[in-house]
Amino acid sequence: MIEFTLWDIVRNLALAARWTVVLSLIAFVGGGLVGLLLLVLRLSGRAPVNRVIGAYVQLFQGTPLLMQLFLLYFGIALFGIDTSAWMAAGVALTLYASAYLAEIWRGCVEAIPRGQWEASKSLALSFGQQLRHIILPQALRIAVPPTVGFLVQVIKGTALASVIGFVELTKAGGMIANVTYEPLLVYGCVALMYFVLCFPVSLYARTLERKLHVGHR
Amino acid sequence: MSAIAESTVGAALATPHTQVGAPIIRITALRKSYGDNEVLKGIDLDVKRGEVIAIIGKSGSGKSTLLRCINGLEVFQEGSLTVDGKPLLYESAMAMRELRQRVGMIFQSFNLFPHLSVGRNVMLAPQLVKKKGSAENATRARQLLERVGLAEKFDAMPDQLSGGQQQRVAIARALAMDPAVMLCDEITSALDPELVGEVLRVVESLANEGMTLLMVTHEMNFARKVADRVIFMHQGRVHEMGSPEALFGQPRTAELKQFLSSLHD
Ligand SMILES: Nc1ncnc2c1ncn2[C@@H]1O[C@H](COP(=O)(O)OP(=O)(O)OP(=O)(O)O)[C@@H](O)[C@H]1O
Ligand SMILES: [Mg+2]
Repeated sequence: MIEFTLWDIVRNLALAARWTVVLSLIAFVGGGLVGLLLLVLRLSGRAPVNRVIGAYVQLFQGTPLLMQLFLLYFGIALFGIDTSAWMAAGVALTLYASAYLAEIWRGCVEAIPRGQWEASKSLALSFGQQLRHIILPQALRIAVPPTVGFLVQVIKGTALASVIGFVELTKAGGMIANVTYEPLLVYGCVALMYFVLCFPVSLYARTLERKLHVGHR
Repeated sequence: MSAIAESTVGAALATPHTQVGAPIIRITALRKSYGDNEVLKGIDLDVKRGEVIAIIGKSGSGKSTLLRCINGLEVFQEGSLTVDGKPLLYESAMAMRELRQRVGMIFQSFNLFPHLSVGRNVMLAPQLVKKKGSAENATRARQLLERVGLAEKFDAMPDQLSGGQQQRVAIARALAMDPAVMLCDEITSALDPELVGEVLRVVESLANEGMTLLMVTHEMNFARKVADRVIFMHQGRVHEMGSPEALFGQPRTAELKQFLSSLHD
């Protein structure tokens, strides 16, 4: 049997944590882009479009992320596409994040007074110009706290990707715990690493929030 | 003295396409409903270039709705509307934007863009819509702000201004698009009484320089002084219309008499 020092445990966990980071980034970026697209479609859209997007949001908010991962992993394979755990996890997290972000951001946009739409419309701005120059900059200011709150959820949510065999932080922790027979120590380290990943995000959010507010004074 | 004269020349109002005295707004048989509730029940109105029109009437009589139809903020179901030669065509976003460039609107709640400085508020639409060069745009914005007495506020943020100042910025912002017509919907109603005068003085100066104005107002004295024509709206119709002297002096209908007497209570 191989001897594991604390350093070995930490080093292996840190290596696996890279994949947690990568998966989180995919979810942030992919989810953010798709979420923004959904938001814009919903704001410009007619009733049927809105209903479809509303259903999409409900679907992803109303089912556990774990089921979404399973369904995607086994579901994509059904279409004869060769899925890796990678792809399934990336796609599932992207869709999941996009649904939540679209909904969070819609709330922020709706918090902008109607007068802002009307004044910019009266000035002959196009819909895109209204969004780009008037509505989204104001919505962004109020969107930072809930968005970052959700991103922290996503980082922790990536742990679920371990169930489809994706070796990220949690999965690696499980594997190491099995060989070292030191679950408490290993999972303690795992928890600490999640904290190390999430805490700076929250901290940065607070700075960003302050900066955005200062910009308006 | 000469500096002031110069700046007034610089901030001169744009010349509409319509000839002086010719109709600049033509509204024909306009009907508008919200669901089953018909709010405008057939409005016919021609406004001549340079005319100042005050719209009065009880709450809910359709005054705001009429103004908002003129720049397409509200969609009406029947009738037609033309502003300075531009017809209102809902199907064409281009045509709507053309029309809105001819119409400036000032709101009761100012609606300045809170995330932009005063100067940027004024310059944004000319930059985006008219593709105005930044030097020319800034010069014009400064002139317009000077015109409304706020030259020194160019770099201020809207929330640093009083209500009266914000409303004056809103007027400068609308003027920056060189509108042929200005719509004012109770623009002093949200102001403390001591700030009303400064805004009305700006509006009066526009009227004196030949701007075509349609204003919904509760300031009867102002309407009497500045308006060429007063429109009394009642239940979605133009109930009575005429010169301020005629309307305030010899109201013909019982509804107008009642409305005017209710103001004195
Ligand atoms: N968005 C809307 N949806 C439904 N009904 C509306 C809407 N806006 C206005 N109305 C109705 O249309 C009618 C006319 O409203 P409008 O705002 O034009 O009146 P107004 O003369 O401007 O009144 P006020 O003096 O209170 O501003 C009212 O009965 C009002 O309830
Ligand atoms: Mg009104």
